[in-house]
Amino acid sequence: MRKNSLGRLTITDVVMFAVGLGLAGVIVAGSAATLSSGKYTLAQWQDLFIFGLAQGSIYALIALGYTLVYGVLRMINFAHSEVFMSGPYTAYFFARYMFNIGFLQAYPVAGLLIVSAISMLTSMAIALTVERIAYRPLRKAPRLVPLITAIGASFFLQYTFRGLYGSGIDRYPELAILKGSISVLGVRVLVTQALVIVAAAVFMGLLYAFVMLSKTGKAMRAVSEDKETAQLMGIDVDRIITTTFALGGALAGAAGVLYALIFGQVQFYMGFVPGIKAFTAAVLGGIGNVPGAMVGGLFLGVFESVGPSLFLDGLGIPAPNQLKDAIAFTMLVFVLIFRPSGILGERLATKKA
Amino acid sequence: MKTQPATVFQTSMRFGLIGGGAAVLFSLVGMVEVFGQRTIIGGVVSMGQAFVAIAMLLSAYAAARQLSSVSSSAMLTAGGLTGVTVGALLAALVLLGTSINIRDVFVSASPPLFELLSFGQSPVPGMLLLLVAGMTMGLAAAALLFLSPAMRSTAISVLLAVGVVGLLADLLRIIISQWAYVAPLVEWVFSGKGLSVPGALAIAAVVIGLDVLANRRRNKAHNLAALPATALQKRMRTGALMALLLVLPLLLGTYVSEVLDQVGLYVLMGLGLNVVVGFAGLLDLGYVGFFAIGAYVMGMLTSPELGLASLSWWSALPIAVGVTVLAGMLLGVPVLNMRGDYLAIVTLGFGEIIRLLALSDALRPWTGGSQGIQLIAKPVVGTVVLDDQLKLYYLILAGCLLAGFISSRLRDSRLGRAWMAMREDEDVAQAIGINLVATKLLAFSVGAAFGGLSGAIFAAKLGAIYPNSFGLLISINVLALLIIGGMGSIRGVIVGALVLVGLPELLREFAEFRLLVYGALLVMMMLYRPQGLWPEEARKLEAHGDGDNSNGDQTAAIPA
Amino acid sequence: MIERRLPGLLVLGCFGALLAACAPAAKPYECTDKIGCVTIAPAASVHIAYALVVAGPDAVLGTDSKRGVEIAIDDKGKFRGHTIELTGEDTGCNAEGGQAAAQKLAADKTIVAVIGTSCSSEARVAAPILRDAGLTMISPSNTAPDLTKPEKHVDGYMRTAHNDELQGAVAAAFAYTTKGIKKAATIHDGSIYSQSLAEVFAKKFVELGGEIVAGEAVQPNDTDMRPVLTNISAGKPELIYYPCFTSAAAFITSQAKEVPGLETVQLMGADPMYSVDYLKAAGEAAKGVWNSSPDFSAFAGGYKDFLDKHQKKYGEAPLSAFHAHGYDGANIIFAALEKVVVADADGTLHFGRQALRDAMFATKDFKGITGNLSCSATGDCSDTKIAVYEIVNADPASWNPTGATDTNPKKISQ
Repeated sequence: MRKNSLGRLTITDVVMFAVGLGLAGVIVAGSAATLSSGKYTLAQWQDLFIFGLAQGSIYALIALGYTLVYGVLRMINFAHSEVFMSGPYTAYFFARYMFNIGFLQAYPVAGLLIVSAISMLTSMAIALTVERIAYRPLRKAPRLVPLITAIGASFFLQYTFRGLYGSGIDRYPELAILKGSISVLGVRVLVTQALVIVAAAVFMGLLYAFVMLSKTGKAMRAVSEDKETAQLMGIDVDRIITTTFALGGALAGAAGVLYALIFGQVQFYMGFVPGIKAFTAAVLGGIGNVPGAMVGGLFLGVFESVGPSLFLDGLGIPAPNQLKDAIAFTMLVFVLIFRPSGILGERLATKKA
Repeated sequence: MKTQPATVFQTSMRFGLIGGGAAVLFSLVGMVEVFGQRTIIGGVVSMGQAFVAIAMLLSAYAAARQLSSVSSSAMLTAGGLTGVTVGALLAALVLLGTSINIRDVFVSASPPLFELLSFGQSPVPGMLLLLVAGMTMGLAAAALLFLSPAMRSTAISVLLAVGVVGLLADLLRIIISQWAYVAPLVEWVFSGKGLSVPGALAIAAVVIGLDVLANRRRNKAHNLAALPATALQKRMRTGALMALLLVLPLLLGTYVSEVLDQVGLYVLMGLGLNVVVGFAGLLDLGYVGFFAIGAYVMGMLTSPELGLASLSWWSALPIAVGVTVLAGMLLGVPVLNMRGDYLAIVTLGFGEIIRLLALSDALRPWTGGSQGIQLIAKPVVGTVVLDDQLKLYYLILAGCLLAGFISSRLRDSRLGRAWMAMREDEDVAQAIGINLVATKLLAFSVGAAFGGLSGAIFAAKLGAIYPNSFGLLISINVLALLIIGGMGSIRGVIVGALVLVGLPELLREFAEFRLLVYGALLVMMMLYRPQGLWPEEARKLEAHGDGDNSNGDQTAAIPA
Repeated sequence: MIERRLPGLLVLGCFGALLAACAPAAKPYECTDKIGCVTIAPAASVHIAYALVVAGPDAVLGTDSKRGVEIAIDDKGKFRGHTIELTGEDTGCNAEGGQAAAQKLAADKTIVAVIGTSCSSEARVAAPILRDAGLTMISPSNTAPDLTKPEKHVDGYMRTAHNDELQGAVAAAFAYTTKGIKKAATIHDGSIYSQSLAEVFAKKFVELGGEIVAGEAVQPNDTDMRPVLTNISAGKPELIYYPCFTSAAAFITSQAKEVPGLETVQLMGADPMYSVDYLKAAGEAAKGVWNSSPDFSAFAGGYKDFLDKHQKKYGEAPLSAFHAHGYDGANIIFAALEKVVVADADGTLHFGRQALRDAMFATKDFKGITGNLSCSATGDCSDTKIAVYEIVNADPASWNPTGATDTNPKKISQ
């Protein structure tokens, strides 16, 4: 990002610095007050941290979908939250069936893999359909136009699924192997959380390897760098964009199953909040940047979980957890004041600024 | 498009599967069944049947049109085949639904749905009927293509007019029954929840008549059309429009005034956001924040309930707008260095933070928390208390006119030029000597002021405000109406507000499908008119340009 | 199908009208009602309207009540030979939606009475509009105490939902007095309903001598409740009272026992948790949870029947806790209408709007499925008996609130 002029401090910089400093002051004061009051034990802090990490892994997986699409198309795919919802909601019916015939209890690993596969395929199919109908015809339109079709597609999908599956809440079957907790280096971790964190890490690793090492991944990076040149180099841009949507959709489907395992409930509105959060996470990490989305997701998850107790409790604010989303967004502003293109985004952004 | 002409069979299959898929989807989301109880023409066509018929007609029409260069027999075959395919898919749904229990998954796959789809017959004859209906509809659609263009457009207008009037029957009945002289007509034109048969015929006759007249006039006026309007004509047109705006709510009654009030509030917000996004190119997804601040400041200052102050509406107004402007600047400062989508998400967060703070227990003594603020003062003009939708309409109209005037002056001013320069390219703008800081902050402040004004009127209109009235959806809606109308265009804002606020409001009774239809509408409108419904001339050219992003974010971002 | 029979009815009606015109004995109905009368032509239907939230994130709440109303209409069948028609408007669970919906309903002169609103914020703005239009509204799910306070009550407003003050107090008394719990924490979800219930509970609990160790809040769409529960666990409460709506309540239920320090805490909620949907959403952790709700046990039969019809008609169990209130609200309208309606020989119905309103307010000992309803002068109709239940089996299939012996949930207050 360019600075106004070399070395000279402008009034803006001063004000921004003051705002940032003020926020930092509140954070430090709140944290100090909370910690000195000794209301929470070390174990409780550890718990909060792990809760946040698990939630953050899910954000990160969804955020990858936003970031991948942003990379190649420079658009915010608002319908991604519904892509995320469609997978686990559809897979729920298969999970329920397998549970009812006893398959899921007898072969939980195979069962979960099947459920995940169905969820990923559904999400992928939805992502591809949306791309084909709502985005592809608008490749050349002004950039806010696909944003609006994305919003429209999001509404449409949300209420279509509501019409199809009903407006009630459904719950994934509870599996014996996912109950209880394990101890990792002396820290108590729930089995579901451990599974979520590990699975998310594996998915992210695979994706990163794919983008960096495979030929298609290379082509994706080329397309995101410069579409026209990529085309001239013989890359089928449409195919790459389709692949990107498919990848993002599959990751969202996977995130959806993990979400369903850790929280249980599926319903038509479940995509909205995680979608917004994941989008925030993607921006926080530096949008268009794959590791950035991962870092952003984890960062956001942890701050949401730890933040209310740490920053606000000590300041005597009642019901601090009600403000956890406000903390998430404030952290975003705080980070962007000092790093205007996200935690990891800067190096990449300067290239063409 | 493919270079090889597709065969009749391929084309029919393609469109038939699309149309059939749509019809099955309509059925499974419950639209067919729910609207099966609503009639378009009493005793003849229910809205649910209309959905299915539309799917058949449209897909067959599209298939036949694609083959119009081949031969007329090909067109007819394709039409019929497409219709049959749609019918077959529905028949398959009936077969599936009546033989196994799919309702465990698809809650709308209820026995009444299948009864409706099979025309009240048992499944097998019902399925045959579906195929026949598909064929008939398909052939009819293909036959439409053989008509002369004028007749075809008349036929389509008749269908559309009957459909729309039937759809809005409830509303029209309410409006018409207020007009003493024509009120008796209501009983004749409408029957139950839809049109009556004579009513439908009458509407068809009227439409045909109008169409013929219009055609004749068009031919006559052909040579004069090219002349630009004179200044006098323009002034007369403006005068007529003003007069219409003044009497409209009087004619249409309280409910329509309510709708117009809402449209007006959104026009105000749209004009404000237009300054930020349309003129200055700063993508703001948290515009609702300003709306909320305007409303909350008004509430806090005038409601005796909180015991903070009990000013009158007018004396609180400048404070409300002033605070909003300050908030606009406050938001502006941290985002000065952010571009494009970073800005979008930070502003989105800002809007959410405002709502969350208003809702929080922590600020309850000042904002009322979840219990909101009640007993907000109504504006008083002279001795008249503006306490109903009709009187408020004039206040809102005045606000809109003021905002419209200010934004059109700003657009043509030096500042407006600076905004547009910044929108096109920030670096170039800075290079030619534009003070980016001041320009950006001014854009945010002006935008915020309009939003605050809208919020202040909103608070008075409701008399009570609650945090959940200020959700993200409002920001999205305002942005959508801006783009649907045509970015940067003041008249576009008005058209956009009418379409995206007025129309859904009139369709409030379609409740659970309102947002579904809204979503589909957003997608379709953007696909067919990416430049907006009524764009500014300059923007029209841009929209057909090379697709360069108009939003300033040229930062490269590479996934790696 | 109604419309297929309509032409026939129309002919019959016209014929009837002719006959009536000829018959000298029939004297025409004269409207003496001070806020107007409604005339229902022989072929027309009795028009009931709803103003509920049936779209958007809170759709479940209003859809639930609306279905109760629809079942009541099915059960009623025809009203003196007229079909009963239900139309309505979505209110969005916000004040502006309530206002717009009320304006539209107020403009339709064929409406007999209104079922609504869903959320208390809507009622506050909708009630005056409907009052001025001469309509009477009966809400299935407004629970905010101020709506029926004499100084704030709007004429023509009534509700079958119970006042938060009542329910919160019963819950607090049960926890403190009956069960001897001394330390409690509350969580609300930021809705008017939830916040005021939590507040009433806390106030009563402290009055009785208990201690509130934490007053927390979440957002209705939150999913991860563990942080807030960890927060609460620091105060070591014996009971957590969380009168939240289904989704948030279920998340709290299923996550509470996973938080160290809360393994033995007693969970307690309010009527949104007295539903199959809650059992479905909360899973196995729902076992042992307490919740307060109208005392259904006094009314065997009716509710079970209702649940069967619901499953058959909608393919799913009730979505929230206010379907029965919707059902009762509709039936109160029908009962009052029966009392005031005047029928001409041809089947034309007449009634006065004030007369209907008075008849609805005069409802006494009405046998509904939410209890024995009697309406107060300020519109509170709910049965004053609130009972506390314990969920004894978390399997949704075992949901059996009205069984003779093994009821689930089981009533645990006297």
